Order: sequence, then C-alpha cells, then structure tokens
Amino acid sequence: MINITINDIKLQVPYGTTILDAAKMANIHIPTLCHLNLHDINMVNRTASCRVCLVEVEGRRNLAPACATECFEGMVVKTNTERAIRARRTMVELLLSDHPTDCLVCEKNGNCDLQRLAAELGIRKIRYEGEKSTYTKDSSSGALYRNPDKCIMCRRCETMCNEVQTCGIYSAVDRGFETVVAPAFNLPMIDTQCTFCGQCVSVCPTAALTEVSYVDKVWEALFDSEKYVIAQTAPAIRVALGEEFGLNPGDNVTGKMVAALRRLGFKKVFDTNFAADVTIVEEAKEFIDRLNGKGRLPILTSCCPSWVKFIEHQFPELLDIPSTCKSPHMMFGAIAKTYFAEKFNIDPEKIVVVSIMPCIAKKYEIQRKEFKHGNLQDVDYVITTREFARMIREAGLDFTKLPDEDFDNPLGESTGAAVIFGATGGVIEAALRTAYEWITGESLGNVEFNEVRGLKGFKEATVKIKDMDIKIGVANGLGNARKLLEDIRDGKRFYHAIEIMACPGGCINGGGQPYHHGNLDIVKARLEALYKLDKSKPLRKSHENPAVIQMYKEYIGEIGGEKAHKLLHTHYTKREKI
Amino acid sequence: MINSIEKLKEILVCGGTGCQASESNRVFEVLKEEVKAENLDKQVKVIMTGCFGFCEKGPIVKVMPDNVFYVEVDEASARKIVKEHVLKGRIVEEKIYKDPKTLEKIPEQSSIPFYKKQIRIALRNCGKIDPENINEYIASDGYMALAKVLKEMAPEEVIDIVKRSGLRGRGGGGFPTGLKWEATRKSKGDVKYVICNADEGDPGAFMDRSILEGDPHSVLEGMAIAGYAIGAKQGYIYVRAEYPLAIHRLKIAISQARQRGFLGENILGTDFSFDVDLKIGAGAFICGEETALINSIEGGRGEPTVKPPYPAQVGLWKKPTNINNVETFANIPPIILNGPDWFSSIGTEKSKGTKVFALAGKVNNVGLVEVPMGITLREIIYDLGGGIKGGKKFKAVQTGGPSGGCIPYEYLDTPIDYDNLNALGSMMGSGGMIVMDENDCMVNIAKFYLEFSCDESCGRCTACRIGNKRMLEILNKITEGKGEMEDLETLRELAETIKDSSLCGLGQTSPNPVLSTMKFFYDEYVAHVKDKTCPAGVCTALLKYYIIPEKCVGCTACAKVCPVNVIHGEPRKVHVIDREGCIKCGECFRTCRFGAITRK
Repeated sequence: MINITINDIKLQVPYGTTILDAAKMANIHIPTLCHLNLHDINMVNRTASCRVCLVEVEGRRNLAPACATECFEGMVVKTNTERAIRARRTMVELLLSDHPTDCLVCEKNGNCDLQRLAAELGIRKIRYEGEKSTYTKDSSSGALYRNPDKCIMCRRCETMCNEVQTCGIYSAVDRGFETVVAPAFNLPMIDTQCTFCGQCVSVCPTAALTEVSYVDKVWEALFDSEKYVIAQTAPAIRVALGEEFGLNPGDNVTGKMVAALRRLGFKKVFDTNFAADVTIVEEAKEFIDRLNGKGRLPILTSCCPSWVKFIEHQFPELLDIPSTCKSPHMMFGAIAKTYFAEKFNIDPEKIVVVSIMPCIAKKYEIQRKEFKHGNLQDVDYVITTREFARMIREAGLDFTKLPDEDFDNPLGESTGAAVIFGATGGVIEAALRTAYEWITGESLGNVEFNEVRGLKGFKEATVKIKDMDIKIGVANGLGNARKLLEDIRDGKRFYHAIEIMACPGGCINGGGQPYHHGNLDIVKARLEALYKLDKSKPLRKSHENPAVIQMYKEYIGEIGGEKAHKLLHTHYTKREKI
Repeated sequence: MINSIEKLKEILVCGGTGCQASESNRVFEVLKEEVKAENLDKQVKVIMTGCFGFCEKGPIVKVMPDNVFYVEVDEASARKIVKEHVLKGRIVEEKIYKDPKTLEKIPEQSSIPFYKKQIRIALRNCGKIDPENINEYIASDGYMALAKVLKEMAPEEVIDIVKRSGLRGRGGGGFPTGLKWEATRKSKGDVKYVICNADEGDPGAFMDRSILEGDPHSVLEGMAIAGYAIGAKQGYIYVRAEYPLAIHRLKIAISQARQRGFLGENILGTDFSFDVDLKIGAGAFICGEETALINSIEGGRGEPTVKPPYPAQVGLWKKPTNINNVETFANIPPIILNGPDWFSSIGTEKSKGTKVFALAGKVNNVGLVEVPMGITLREIIYDLGGGIKGGKKFKAVQTGGPSGGCIPYEYLDTPIDYDNLNALGSMMGSGGMIVMDENDCMVNIAKFYLEFSCDESCGRCTACRIGNKRMLEILNKITEGKGEMEDLETLRELAETIKDSSLCGLGQTSPNPVLSTMKFFYDEYVAHVKDKTCPAGVCTALLKYYIIPEKCVGCTACAKVCPVNVIHGEPRKVHVIDREGCIKCGECFRTCRFGAITRK
C-alpha cells in the first residue's frame, strides 16, 4: 500500500493505483473524457490524450493526467487548484473550438460525453476561434456512420478495434491539426475488413461514430398505407430498452415494447425469438448430422453477422465450419415473406420487415446479396434499440405508462431457449438442450448449462450426451474468437461445437444498445435479466415451440430438408484482408 | 616554406553534407586525378573526411602534415593545390582563410578565429579521419575505450565514471547520462536495449549528422560501452531517411566493426556480445521524443506515450531501454580514456564538457562549432561566428530549435549551459543556434517556429494539436494587422497552459518561441497590434509603400512593374502610390534604382 494525499485527504491505495482511481476512493470527482476502463472485457483506454483530467502533483513541473499517472509513496495531489481548473477548461474549450457544436441536431444530443463535460465545467464561452476540421463523412456500409468532424482523438475506438476486437480498422493518420482516426488509406468502411460490430460506436464519446439511421425510412413505410409493416424484436432489446426511459438496466419491458410498436403503427409485432427457436432446430439437426460424419467439426454458430464477416476476412480457410443457418432475424424475414405472407394472404411485395436489433452489423447483413431475391429482401430495415427509443419519444409515447401487451401470433411465440440468444453462451446452451434430447431420446432434466454462462471472454464445457463427451467452446469478443480460431486452424484445440459472438458479452452489449458510458454493470444486469426470463418461460427448449412445430408441419416440412435449406440456410464468401 | 614531397602527404577533403552540396565530391575527384597524373599515388593520399564545421567557407581542403587549411576550394584551385603546394611546396595563397577584420591570411586551422575557442571532443575526429576506414579510427585511439572497459572495468565502474564525468544528455533535456544508465541497469529484465537517437530534426541543426558522417565509429563505440554498462546485447540507431550519407557511412562502419570483432559475439575475446542495427525513420520530428521513437521502431505510429514509465523501465518491446543521442555517445570514449575528472574540468558547475552547436542565420561564419560549456553567446556569435552579416545590428539568438526561445542582446554575456538557457525561457535543445538581426521580425520568427511545431505535432493530445493551431491563428491575426490587445493576453495564457498541459516534450516546449519573444520583444507585438506596423518591415500585410518625392526621377519603372496598376505619374515627374489598391507585393521597391521607394 502507498500513502498519498489528495486535496488534503490522506489515504492508502494499492501500488499501481492511478490518481483518478485514488480520487474516486476519496470521493473526489475528476472529470475525464478520453479515459475508459472496461476491465471486465480487458479494455483500458489510457491514451491520456484529451488532457481533461489534469491535476497538480507537488514537485512536478507540469500538470499530470490523473487517468494515466500512478500514485507513488508520499504523493501530494491537488485536483481543484486554479491552475488545474484553468487547464481543464482550456482543454474543453479547445476541443469545442474544433467541434461542429451542432448539439441541438446532433445524433448524440443528451448522450455525448463532450456535451456533458462542457456542462459540468460550466463552459459559457469558447475563447478560441479558428479553423475547424472537416472530413468526408462515411456511410458507405449502410451500417456504421463515421463523422470525423466530431472526433476528439480519444482513440477509444482504436483501442477497442485493435486490442479487443483485433480488427485493426482504425488508427490515427496524418499529423498536427489534421490528425484524425481513420481506416487505412482512408478507405470507405465498406471496403475494409470492418465487421460492423459497432463496439467503436459503443465507446465513442461523441457522434464521430454512430449507426446509419433508418428511422426516417421506417416512418415513411409506417405512414405508407400500401405497406404492411411488421416488426421483430431481438431478445436483447427487451432487457435494455427501459434504460432509455429511466428504468433500471435489466428491467424486462417486453410487454411495453410490444405495446409501443403497435402504437407506432406496426401491423404485426413479432418476436425474433420465434426465429431463434427455428434456428436451434435447424442448427441442432446440422450438428447431429456432422456428429454422424456428415460434414466437418467443430460446428460454429452463425447468428452473429459481425462474427460471420470476421471469419470471411480472417479465416477464409475455415469457411466450411460455421453452421449454414442464417441468423435468426434473417430466418424471420424469409419466413415472414413466405409462410406468413401465404398463411395470411398478404402480398410479400407489400410486407416491410423491420428488425429492432441491439446490433449495427445487422444493418450491413440485410444488404448481403444472398438475402436479396429480385425486388425482395428478407429484411427491409434494421433499427437499433437506440433508434427504436428515439421513435417512441418522437411519437410522444409515455413508455413507462404503456400497458403490457403480447406479441402477435404465430411468429410471436417462443421458448426460454430463444431468449438467452442475447447473451454469450446462450445459443450453444439452447442448441444443447435440443441436441441432447434428440440424440438421447430422453428428456433433459436440468436445462441450465452454467459453465457457458457469464461475461468471461472464453468459456468451455464438456457435456456428456449418451456415451459421448461433447466439448463446447464459447468465445465472445472478436479478439477471443481470433485466438480460438487460430488454435482450431492449427489443430491445437478441438471442440465439437463453438459459439462465437462478436460483441463482448454478446448481444446484450451490442453496438446498437443504449450507451453504457463505461459502466459494464449495466451489461451484467441485462445478462441476468435474460436468464431470469428464460427461467420464467413454461417452455425452455426450442423444439417444443408449438408455433415452430406447426410451421414445419404446414409449410417447411422436414427439419434440415430442402425447403428449410432454401429458406433458412445460407453460404459464406471469402473476403480480402484490408 | 613547405617542401617535403619526400614525406607522406595527406590531402583531407571535407565530405560533410554542406561541403558536398558545394561540390566537394568533385574537388575530391579532381585531387585524386591530379595526384595520379603527377604520379604521386604513393606519396600522397587524398582522403574524404567528415565535416570540418566551417561550412560558410566550404568546400574545405586541408593538407597534412603541412597543416594548411584551404577554404572555398573549387576544381581549378584543387588542381593548383596539387601542382603548386604538393609538388612545389608553394601555398596557394588565394585559398587561404583571410580574417575579415585584420585581413591577415591564416593557413593554420587552429589559429583561425572560428576554431580558436573550440574544444573538439565529440567532433574530435571529424575532418581528421576517413570515416569509411576503421583503421583510421583505430589509429586515433578508436575502440581503446571499449577495450579498456571490457578488460578492466565492471559495468558499475563504467556507470560510475559516466556519472562522475557530469555528462548530460546532448539531445535536448540534459538528463544526467550516468543516472539514465544506472536506472536501466537496475531495471529488472534479462533483455535490455541501447538506442541511439539520431532523429535530429531541429530546423538548421546538423550536429548529429556531422558526427555520424564524420566519425560513425565513435558512436558505435559509445553504444557498445553503454551496452556493457547496462547489460544489453543489442543496440539500434534510429536515423532519419533524410540522412543518406550518414546511413551509408554507418552501414560501412557497422560492417567493419563486425569484421574486426568490435561488434558481434564475444567482443575482444570477452563474454560480452553486442550488435547494432539501423532503423531508418521517416523523418517525423516527433520521433526524436524517446517514447515516440520506440513506438516507431516497433512499427507503430510515431507518437509519444505517457511517462512514467520511462524507457529505462519499460522501453523497446517493453524491455528496459537506454536512449541517448548521437553526441552523447560520441563523448563516451574520450571520457573513458581520459577520465571523468578531465571531462568535468571543462564546463560550468552543472554542465560539464562541451556542446556542439550548429551556428546559422545572420552570422558571418555559418557552421558547426564545439565549444566548452560556459562560453558566452557573445563569444560564439562574435568571435567564432565573426559577427553579424553585413554589419547589421544583432537582435536575438534562437537556441533549442522549435522548443527553444529567443535570447536578446542584454543576455549575450550569459555563459551557456543547460540551466542558464532554461532560465532565459529557452533551452539547450540539441544545439541549433540561429542568429537574428535587426531585419528579423520577432513575431514572425515566433510564427515560423510555431508553424513547425504545428506541422510536426503528432496530433495526439488536445493541448498540442488544437492549442498550437489556435496560437498560430492568433499570431497570423497579429501579423496581418487584425490583432487586438486582448489577443496578446489570450496568446500568453494559452501558451502557458499548453506548456503545462501537453503530453510530451514537443508540446510542452512548443510555446517557448512565443513566450520568449513576448517576454523580450513585447514592444514588437504591441507595434503590430496597436500601431499596425512591423518594425522590422517583414510582415507584408502591415507594410505601407511610399515614394519619396525628393528621390523619384519619374522613370516610370515602378508603374510598369506594378501588377495592380496603382502607381500613377507622368514620365519625369514624381510618382505616387495609391495605397488603397496596393497589394504590397514589393515589386516597385525591388525595381526602383533610385531608392525612391520606402516601406514602413
């Protein structure tokens, strides 16, 4: 332990503690901007680049960044001297002097760390005027929107992309005032190996990185009387949406969410969970086939479009191992425009499928050419949890006062196995529940596989099914996935089945979720809520979903059969590394 | 009279970049041709050496052992040197240095005022030996220090000697070298590195380049000694790609040193192994900052990281790393050979030894000088430098490059050392020294350096990236005549905050040129802002052109060259400038043969 003094408060802190953390222990708030510590997923952004957290350290010539300066024995720190406060204000004024300051019409209005900081420091005037940076905006991907004019060079995106996700899309380019974070050669994002996981968006303090918004398109469709607009909601939405309206993280707002969608004008409100159950029966079938020698092991889950793009770029030699199942919301789109359209006698051309997703990559996914059939595409628009909340506010709905309503049938019915898709480990757990029963022909007593649950970046389990020891691997976060895949490729490890989610923690921490502002307890609360939801469901195995059983009986036929393959399966494409 | 063709002669030709730019390569070739033509190959060796330092008078040729120093040698005089001096023993008088004050011709190098007060330790071999021939280095006690260290000393003893010598880092900050070595030695780790920082980037500075070009082995030897002292087996020289000659000579030196067993496994038969590799930098000024340099070697973006941890703790590839600059390493072998007391007897109380400066600007003798610490600015500028060009009035001297400041006349007698320069708001830096005269506008000078810092900022931290840009914009406003008095206050406050808030040394020192000129030349700032004039007549936007009626003969030349046709007048009658439309291009001023146009 080290003895230090902060603002005349004496305290003991462990060796290696930063001034910032020590100040927290003494209940002293030091403003920060670039700093971000997501220790649960091993991400610490310690660039000390914004210079907002400057404090005075006795005996030091210049001011010290509290976020990146470790305490030493006898250190005397003053956080609120005239010198420190003046420097801090100047830094924020300088940042603002090179910022569009169009807060009123900014995507991040109310969610921007720079805006919050300016308010916190009581900035009333920007004393410095001059040239402002202007760069090309990039919405080439239709998923991720880059507006470098708003970049404050905190480098969080770079740390996230390079160190956690290991995609290496961003780095600082150019020099001096022209310095900006950009992809190599300033390529449009669509031409890079970006997977659009959106974790950079999750950590961007300003609106330099956001999603490409389709809110206006969705409104347009909703107001078009010719269109039949239906919604599907991903599992992770219902435990996060409430945060946008002042509810606690993890509050289950499924009923209010459905009510809100109806009031926004959606003709039908369906559940991606239905399609998740479909995914499981298809994937479990594929898994059993591969176990029986038809195809290569391990089987990799394919629900996550970001992860799919990752393997296409990074491990093209492994493209035969992901399951050929489409992601649940893409299956839903295909089902909606065929089975549902026929059953309810609706012209599929008129159906507009809107996916409400915790995800930015899904915006990219729907544009993949495999999912387009002539004029029709399986899913028409993807909006994020955040965009959905925006629509609710725009429509003037008092969300917390909405009644709880139920999903429409038949594509609204789901089991507990589907809802845990939103958390890392959930898909494989759901698949195990079904695979176990199908292989053994016995009923599974305890459906909970605790080894594959939780936020840990890599988890493994061995499940005894009949006389087989089935080895399961679960990775979340692309960096963890990379390590796992390298070992698989090099034959260093073997698993029968692997689940990979691009976002650390899975979809509950997706790039389209309400901003966590560095507090991953929010994500943990969402995670727990999903498992609680699973527990509360009368049916907890996908193959028991009566609506799914009915659909196969009425329309698709055999699980893994020809029609199933046409509607519910896909293929992968080798992509360049750049 | 010299007449000794029987004896072996050496003709030394300066091969520094400065002299090469004035075609010393050609002089070298011509000398060789002549020597061959006269069948003197056996008796006369023509050698291309490193920089003599007296760039103002280059190309330099020196004939040894006659000790005759020729300046401004061209092809014709080179032939004459062979035909007259070498063959007939007659000095080529017209190429002997002539003292502009006494008009005395001085053939001996050490008697030339430029060299009189110099003490050459780091530059000891520059201009004396062929840098591409290791034998010449060895003949000048080269690698003796390494041998002494390896055979007679424990690493701790080496560190102790360097500490007692009082040597401080010659690259900028002036951190005691011995302490740095000690810290690296004490850091835990089985793998450690030595890095030579040869990323010299100050405008006008070429100290390190000259050492690398003129005496590369001295740096290699210094590095090997450092490697032994701290426990490293590998060294890197980070040198900028803009120094092709230095790179060329370093490559030769490294390969020769390896061949001779001064680098590589089991050096001189001992257990100590050490090798050196070159890392070529892309020429970013910021890569002279040690953490940025390390990032660059590792293949990352050249930008600094937060210190602590210092490289001595966590350096290259996260291993303890000792970084010194070229001149620091070049000082090491003589310190080992002559002892710490010898070295510390030179200089001031806290700054020992000598310092190499690149003397440039409005001074008569532009070049490279190595002087003892404690010499005054006046001595350098007036004795070595020969005073101000064109007999103009001295205004200021800028030291420390873009990180330094401008020192005015009243401090000319300040003894130069690290602490005195810091106290004046400037710094030693790596040794750039630029002299300014009455025709230099100090606001404009500050702007020049700030522009440099803005261009070279890595862009990482807010203070430097945006702060310097805003400062530059205020300076632009002032030099354009749009400044207000409150801008000066904003400028000063911003400068002080940037100094206090920036992440690295570049940002922390980039306001120095502004702060020091505001401190010593505030009147000039006020003149720009209040009177909207530039006293030195430099800031174009503030100039006003007038025709002096008494001098104007009405030749119409000015009216003809005026691109915007605002000069009116009948031939042979006094002309007038309509200042309303004048774009202040200065064409009329340059054209008038009667001195009838003035500007203020």
